[in-house]
Amino acid sequence: MAEVEETLKRIQGQKGVQGIIIVNAEGIPIKTTMDNTSTVQYAGLLHQLVLKARSTVRDIDPQNDLTFMRVRSKKNEIMIAPDKDYFLIVIQNPSD
Amino acid sequence: MPVPNINVRKASTVHKVSLPGAKSTKAASKKKDEDEGVDAHDGWDEWAHGKALIKPPDQVELTEAELKEEVTRVLTANNPHAPQNIVRYSFKERSFKPTSVVDQMAVLFVLEGSLLHQDSDEARGLRAKEGRTEETVTAGTEAEPDEEKPETPATPIEDGGEAEEAEEEDRPDSAASKTGKKELKVTNQFNFSERASQTLNNPLRQRSCQTEPPPRNNFSATANQWEIYDAYMEELQKQEKNKEKQKATQSKSVEKSKKKMLLMETQNDDASKVRKSSKIFERMVSQNIYDDIAQDFQYFEDASDEHRGQEGTLLCLWDFHYDGAKRLSVTALCWNKKYQDLFAVGMGSYNFTKQGRGMLVFYSLKNSAYPEYIYPTDSSVLCLDIHEQHSHLVAVGFYDGSVAVYNLKEAGPEPVYKSTAKTGKHTDPVWQVRWQSDDMDNNHNFYSVSSDGRVVSWTLIKNELVFTDIITLLPNGAISEGPEDSQQASTACGTSLDFHKQIDFLFLVGTEEGKIHKCSKSYSSQFLETYVAHSWPVDAVKWNHFHPKVFISCSSDWTVKIWDHTINTPMFTFDLNVAVCDVAWSPYSSTVFAAVTTDGTVHVFDLNINKYEPICVQQVVAKKTALTHIEFNPIYPIIIVGDDQGCVTSLKLSPNLRKKPKTKKGQDLPKGPEVEIAKMEKLLSLLREPEQSTG
Repeated sequence: MAEVEETLKRIQGQKGVQGIIIVNAEGIPIKTTMDNTSTVQYAGLLHQLVLKARSTVRDIDPQNDLTFMRVRSKKNEIMIAPDKDYFLIVIQNPSD
Repeated sequence: MPVPNINVRKASTVHKVSLPGAKSTKAASKKKDEDEGVDAHDGWDEWAHGKALIKPPDQVELTEAELKEEVTRVLTANNPHAPQNIVRYSFKERSFKPTSVVDQMAVLFVLEGSLLHQDSDEARGLRAKEGRTEETVTAGTEAEPDEEKPETPATPIEDGGEAEEAEEEDRPDSAASKTGKKELKVTNQFNFSERASQTLNNPLRQRSCQTEPPPRNNFSATANQWEIYDAYMEELQKQEKNKEKQKATQSKSVEKSKKKMLLMETQNDDASKVRKSSKIFERMVSQNIYDDIAQDFQYFEDASDEHRGQEGTLLCLWDFHYDGAKRLSVTALCWNKKYQDLFAVGMGSYNFTKQGRGMLVFYSLKNSAYPEYIYPTDSSVLCLDIHEQHSHLVAVGFYDGSVAVYNLKEAGPEPVYKSTAKTGKHTDPVWQVRWQSDDMDNNHNFYSVSSDGRVVSWTLIKNELVFTDIITLLPNGAISEGPEDSQQASTACGTSLDFHKQIDFLFLVGTEEGKIHKCSKSYSSQFLETYVAHSWPVDAVKWNHFHPKVFISCSSDWTVKIWDHTINTPMFTFDLNVAVCDVAWSPYSSTVFAAVTTDGTVHVFDLNINKYEPICVQQVVAKKTALTHIEFNPIYPIIIVGDDQGCVTSLKLSPNLRKKPKTKKGQDLPKGPEVEIAKMEKLLSLLREPEQSTG
């Protein structure tokens, strides 16, 4: 776990990274570097989005699976890496 | 017979007389009258006067005084004859209890009327009945006039059977009179009695209690195609497991250990899952940051090349450096053949006064910020090679003379194999390691060359590293036959090594004296050829990727030389005016190679374009920084160069540097190794002919 912590620390130290959130399968944030309200908001909304996206991918081909998703927006980029038990969210402003 | 028409005699006279007689009653009333006053006296007198007083014979004779004596009698509501001492047994208290309530009523005379209205139903019924049973009735009436009475009321109360029954119970004597009633009611002629009693009703009781409500939750789901698929896969796995269980019942102990392993794995799973996605993130974040570089890597083609003629440029892409490896220089570079974005960097020091720790790190082009793998070592890494087929195996040579094999699949910072003093480790720095194809027993093996003059083959057998000396280098160029001589003679120092691409047994060894020996694995006693190549140690020697005869060498004597191994003089010699540290053939053209020098410059040559001058000379790092190594990526048009500050720079070759020969008249571009060989051959033949003519 220490290695993961280190990696997360490095990611947080990267340019433009606004926050990292780890969310469990139920959509409850278990680790975050952001403030409470935005964490809850991101986790709740993105959880649904990820479920839908994964469902879409798997509907097309059941052997396939969603591994990564990036949502590029005007202000920043939201990246989500879903897994069976957890999914990671990183919000980065690439133009910073 | 009584008068039938008008009146029916109703004879019901029940005498319940508890007082002594009418006389006493009279007396009582007389007393009453006397009490009431004068009127009564008058009445009495009149009555006495009016009729002659008849005295019963048994009347008590009283004297005048006695008669005048006032006898006071008090009339009370209490019945003096009522019993006072009646006791009843109380079952409740289990003792006899006096009853306080006694019937105090005394009936002196009762006379019921026997008249009925002629037209009433009762009378009519009676009449009809009497007409039929005249005799019996008359007989009954005559015999027991008293008993006649129940007969009559029986008729009117015919409708109310219950009342009759009550009457019967009340007066049991009436049962005898039922004779007259026989036709009417067919009950038993004997002592009929009907009894009823009401038992205690069990009180109704209602009991209820409230349980805790069972937990509920809403469940909704859609059955998607993939959910169905998952369910099926789970079922399949279950079936397979069951099969395995049946098979594995014999060896339970093995299973247990397996289970333990599984447990361990599952425990690790959570962390590893997040680790994987966190690694992805690191790459994605750095991709965002270095987006422009990634774009350059993929798409940028230097447009100015067109105006520059044949010369090309190098475009700097990512820099790779790791803070943990500060003050170490890059001593080895190697691309992973399977994952073309991954390369290994050996870190250490060439300066023998500054020997210390070393490091083996792996970078990916996808993440320049941080190495993928880090293996700290006790000694400087001087060389490394990644196995072509098994890309997780990395052979490493150290400054302390040992060789080791790292397995990327194994966790932990230690190598899986390492040579020790017992297992034939070199006594001097190992300058080059090269994987060879597996031997006949399918064991992996690699070769190493060291300053101690030995070329050793290492074989990975189970968990051991088994060494075989292949050849010992001697300074005079030929190995003396006698073993004694060879021991006495100081050995030559091997500094570089390369195997022929096609001929398996053929290899070249560069030495510190500047010589290059062509050797064979099968002849350990002598060299096939010795080239007097350089005046300084040979830094690198490499076979051409395409042409089987051509190899290149470089040295700190400022020169790069290209050889035909059948000819012991160089075909080309390039003087770069500065010490050359490394040289590499390009994987895409037989005529392109690049060299790095200690002044931080990369020289790229294409013999097909210019046989005398490099087509690109570019300083890629600060002047004081020496470049130590260079490698071409197997597929992408990029090179990586390492410097003595521990930094690796990736550079993109401009279109001119990887130009295909122009085809005449729009022919199809011939491709493949044959074309490349032919290209080189053409060059060589140009050189050979004048040489032959001069020679």
